[in-house]
Amino acid sequence: MNQRIDVHHVTRVEGHGNIVVEVENGNLKTCRFDVVETPRFFEAMLLGRPYLEASHITSRICGICATGHATASLRASEKALGVELSEQSWLLRKLTFHGEILDSHILHVYMLVAPDFLGVGSVIPLVSTHPDVVLRALRMKKLSGDLCAAITGRHTHPIAMTVGGFTHFPKMAELESLRQRLIESRKDVEATVELFSKLPWPEFERETEYVSLNKADEYAFIDGDIVTTDGVRVPPERYKEVTNEFMVPHSTAKFTRNKRESLMVGALARFNNNYDQLHPKAKEAAAALGMKPKVTNTFLNSAAQVVEIVHSTEDSIQIIEKLLERGIQHEDPAPVKRMPGEGVGVAEVPRGLLIHHYAIGEDGRITAANCIIPTNQNINNLEHDMRAWVPKVMHKPQDAMRLDLEMLVRAYDPCISCSVHVLTIK
Amino acid sequence: MSGNGKPKIAFFDFTSCEGCQLTVVDSLQDHPELLNVVEIVQFREAMTEKGEDYQIAFIEGSCTRESDEARLKKIREQAALVVALGTCAHLSGVNSLKALHPLDEVRRYVYGDKADWYETYDARPIDAVIQVDYAIPGCPIDRNEFIAVVKALLLGKKPPIPDYPVCVECKLKENVCMFTRGKVCLGPVTRAGCGAICPSYGASCEACRGYITNPNDNSMQEVLAKAGLSVEDITSIYTMFTTYQVREKLMQKG
Repeated sequence: MNQRIDVHHVTRVEGHGNIVVEVENGNLKTCRFDVVETPRFFEAMLLGRPYLEASHITSRICGICATGHATASLRASEKALGVELSEQSWLLRKLTFHGEILDSHILHVYMLVAPDFLGVGSVIPLVSTHPDVVLRALRMKKLSGDLCAAITGRHTHPIAMTVGGFTHFPKMAELESLRQRLIESRKDVEATVELFSKLPWPEFERETEYVSLNKADEYAFIDGDIVTTDGVRVPPERYKEVTNEFMVPHSTAKFTRNKRESLMVGALARFNNNYDQLHPKAKEAAAALGMKPKVTNTFLNSAAQVVEIVHSTEDSIQIIEKLLERGIQHEDPAPVKRMPGEGVGVAEVPRGLLIHHYAIGEDGRITAANCIIPTNQNINNLEHDMRAWVPKVMHKPQDAMRLDLEMLVRAYDPCISCSVHVLTIK
Repeated sequence: MSGNGKPKIAFFDFTSCEGCQLTVVDSLQDHPELLNVVEIVQFREAMTEKGEDYQIAFIEGSCTRESDEARLKKIREQAALVVALGTCAHLSGVNSLKALHPLDEVRRYVYGDKADWYETYDARPIDAVIQVDYAIPGCPIDRNEFIAVVKALLLGKKPPIPDYPVCVECKLKENVCMFTRGKVCLGPVTRAGCGAICPSYGASCEACRGYITNPNDNSMQEVLAKAGLSVEDITSIYTMFTTYQVREKLMQKG
């Protein structure tokens, strides 16, 4: 049996990647996911820039997880400069972060993943065949975008977050309206869980090392220790002990591995490490989706995103209620306590663990920068998954096999624009 | 035109964050009626289908390697109209920040001794490679402006992109001037059309939309110097999105 699959620029993913698979006489000869995105060199771009610009520059790494990059960037500068955030700033940071998790996950599960299960090439034909599903997705996406916009001005490239806090504050009436809309959206969230609990997820088990942030008292999205399902726990400053980057010629993205041949980050890794900290309603959703840690089917990364949609909706409602109760103060950003400094900022962006590491000089300009991106950490694992997945699907007609491989790639929700600029700090 | 008489449009991406294409998706959510009058034949981020018979091409991203030039030229050959979508395509944007350092150093800083594996050159706007008919400025683009431009193109009109500074829109919003708030801001020389969104959210204009045709550069530099900025600081704020234009201007002056 011979098969050759060559998908140039996989569609419905962010950025440019190619699948190359060759099967000869029933044996797997070649199996690669080529990252062909142009290298972008963000770390070098940061050199010499004032630290206050860093979050605005690095949000431009990615249009989908712009808020996540800005957050990790700000945390890196804040750690470097000894800046302590107020309680209100924390609540606002977490709230806008939930907005991005919701926006990105809804985009991924409804518009990028669902078409594969419904046998169409994009969400557009679904407008006539499944109008209720499309309208629900659009309604949910609009709400999450509005949530981000109320706090930071807009979702893609947030404006109002700065080192030490915020430069703009939502009005109480805006928060009240968002609270009501989030409460109303619970029925959409429930319908989402129902829809995805009925999808025939491909059966595929390949256990790997699942890596994420962890906090004792909350489902960690910003700050926390780096933990793995193989028992590793390190503070963010020691990230290199887990990420171990290396380069391969067919990819402009760097690869990572830790205890095993590869590791995985993202919603599934968070679910496996942080199940206990999920909101009770999110745990109910996980049960409906048939998930209990440790889940080792990569395709269920999308289902873990559905669980997080429930969690982020519920936690957003709680945060807004807290803000409404305490009122909004127009605070100046918290002060810088030292200069120069070096700091590591970590966040669990939609696709997984994101690390920004900066050194800031006496003049407030960045002297060294390193960004480690979730998709980078995942591509090595994706190739190992492909090697395990191809023997299960290579007997199928070529088109069906190609779709199976594309679905595996999409399960990772890869964000390839992000993935192509990494370096080792000197 | 396609069989149904709708103009066919296609979206392409080069070096960028793809945030402008996402903004297009958001615009279409607010204006689904647009899909009644155009047919999208290519949009890799959102759909699998690929059609090559488009009349209008929207291009996001800068050109940052020689091997991308052929793809740009092919798009130009096919499309009756080429529109630069967002700052990376229009001005080269943050991608040109790497031009502030020697290219070899940049490559080694990120990829170490494997730098030769990765092709790159100084980032450039797409009109440095092919002729561009119109540009939609902004990082990211403004969704209302995108809709306005598409409507104008469909009617055969010139897209309504303002050529007055952000300050005009900022005053209409009744914002307190950033200079009054003790900050510096590029609003006085930057092209409006964004609704002064950054000052409205407490942040200074960083000139992501590029400069108006006749900016009062001398006064601007005086104002910045008066605000206590060194030449280095001034260069810094002028280069965030417009390094490519600043360098072109310096080269023209010799």
